Amino acid sequence: MKKKFRRIRTRRLNRSLGGDIFNIVIITIFGIFMVLPLIYAIMQAFKPLDEIYMFPPRFYVVNPTLDNFTDLFLLMAQSWVPFTRYIFNTLFITAAGTLGHVVIASMAAFVLEKHKFPGSKAFFTMVVTSLMFSGAVTAIPNYLTMARLGFLDSYLALIIPAFGYSLGLFLMKQFMVTIPDSLLESARMDGAGEFRTFWKIAMPCVKPGWLTLIIFCFQSLWGQTGSTFIYSEELKTLPYALNQILLGGFARAGAGAAAILLIMIVPIVLFMATESSVIQTMATSGIKE
Amino acid sequence: MATVIEKVKPAYKSRVLDRMTGLGRDIVKHKVSYAFLAPYALIFITFTVIPVVISIYLSFTYYNILEPPKFQGLQNYIKLFLGDDIFLLAVKNTFVLAAITGPIGYLASLMFAWFINELPPKVRAFLILIFYAPSISGNVYMIWTVMFSGDTYGYMNSTLMKLGIIYEPIQWLTDPKYMLTVIMIVVLWMSLGTGFLAFVAGLQSIDRSQYEAGIVDGIRNRWQELWYITLPNMKPMLMFGAVMSITSSFAISDVTIALAGMPSVDYAAHTVVNHLIDYGSTRFEMGYASAIATVLFVTMIGCNKIVQNLLRKVGR
Repeated sequence: MKKKFRRIRTRRLNRSLGGDIFNIVIITIFGIFMVLPLIYAIMQAFKPLDEIYMFPPRFYVVNPTLDNFTDLFLLMAQSWVPFTRYIFNTLFITAAGTLGHVVIASMAAFVLEKHKFPGSKAFFTMVVTSLMFSGAVTAIPNYLTMARLGFLDSYLALIIPAFGYSLGLFLMKQFMVTIPDSLLESARMDGAGEFRTFWKIAMPCVKPGWLTLIIFCFQSLWGQTGSTFIYSEELKTLPYALNQILLGGFARAGAGAAAILLIMIVPIVLFMATESSVIQTMATSGIKE
Repeated sequence: MATVIEKVKPAYKSRVLDRMTGLGRDIVKHKVSYAFLAPYALIFITFTVIPVVISIYLSFTYYNILEPPKFQGLQNYIKLFLGDDIFLLAVKNTFVLAAITGPIGYLASLMFAWFINELPPKVRAFLILIFYAPSISGNVYMIWTVMFSGDTYGYMNSTLMKLGIIYEPIQWLTDPKYMLTVIMIVVLWMSLGTGFLAFVAGLQSIDRSQYEAGIVDGIRNRWQELWYITLPNMKPMLMFGAVMSITSSFAISDVTIALAGMPSVDYAAHTVVNHLIDYGSTRFEMGYASAIATVLFVTMIGCNKIVQNLLRKVGR
């Protein structure tokens, strides 16, 4: 009796069976369209060379092998700059850029949301406006600025601009709304300085927020080839090295497929791990008029 | 009368004084706030605000990096719109790409977010991952070059040939007839990005009781519910999603370079950003490239403003 009652309660309003079926059919069809290329990318990476060049091509792999990955590493071992160096470069740039971005953007977001001071509204309006145009607009002056500052051909060319990503500040500022003011007030009453209040009280409250910033900043830095700014081979990034392999053509198709998989899998795994935090942060992401 | 003026005058004067010292005092009083903001503001202004200004300035000059910029008025813009056929072609391609992938990507994000929201939480989390994955996984769109490869090893060609729809391989990525279409498919495949996540989150945060109240007010099906309750409630997310999708659809360039090459055959897949890269980093005509950047800037901001005005009408 109780069970039946609950079922009636949870039956959602305004929903017809036909509509639900339509919904599931559409989601399934498009879900397959979305995921097929990704699965294909995974399949390619595990295909032996004769299966990659089979006619007619077959979608799935019959004799999965790790040859492509060993090929990739062999190829990389022969290269002039050791493969581990490319990995280190990308890891270092991504980690330093992300860390700096999260700390600096959170500090700015904190005062923009929780303090009232002249110019804060105007500054935030500028940040929102900057979401409305892409990096291509500022690419040339940025190149000139970096040349002036001596950032060219160093990690700094990729790390420092990442600190200033506007999407991160925007999302963090919106998410800071969820910190109760009374909590900050009581910390100040207890004699905590403003930085302490920010670091010990506010930051732990917005953990989903900084996880989201980490994900977004990571994604954009992880894929950077950086070839416009960095010329020394030993400072170049992993995606750059892997792109070079992809250009290798026929003989390297297997290693290339393995390279694509390596680059693609890391952000996906990271997003899987933080999905619920990201969704929680995006709940406050709206632009209010 | 005179006494009134005399009374008002010093009061007015002191108020002005108060405000002036107040401004100075404000900066001292809020020094903690400014100190917190300073590191971010410094970088943001250096790499985003000032570049826009420099770009607008350079667009009126001839500048090749080696010599100092020479002011030449509207020369770059005149050449751009009257003398550069490839730019006009790039504008056309960009508008076609943006007009199709922007709205479709946006509506698809909204529709899939809405559909996914009806499902149980576990399934929902899984589907969000699947739909969002293409837009975050680096350069995985390279896999489409294998699928649309022009020879018979290409997955698309061999499938169509096996089914007897075509008899010889189609040059998907070098035949101007197909290039833009293939690029649109790939861009759409990657279009469920940040905006999509915002929609998913927005849908989840709508108060259930509003739907119950809606029933009382005579809402009968899910479409009415969507228009009268759901969408008005998530208007800020709709704005955010629109900004994200407009900005990215006008900036398409990586995908065209990866798929169709740079320059593409007959410039059939050449976009404004491609043109900018061509003049900026290949020919080092920085003044001219800045004019392209400025046109792009104005277009993006303009489109965003127009769409925001349209979105204000949602639910009315």
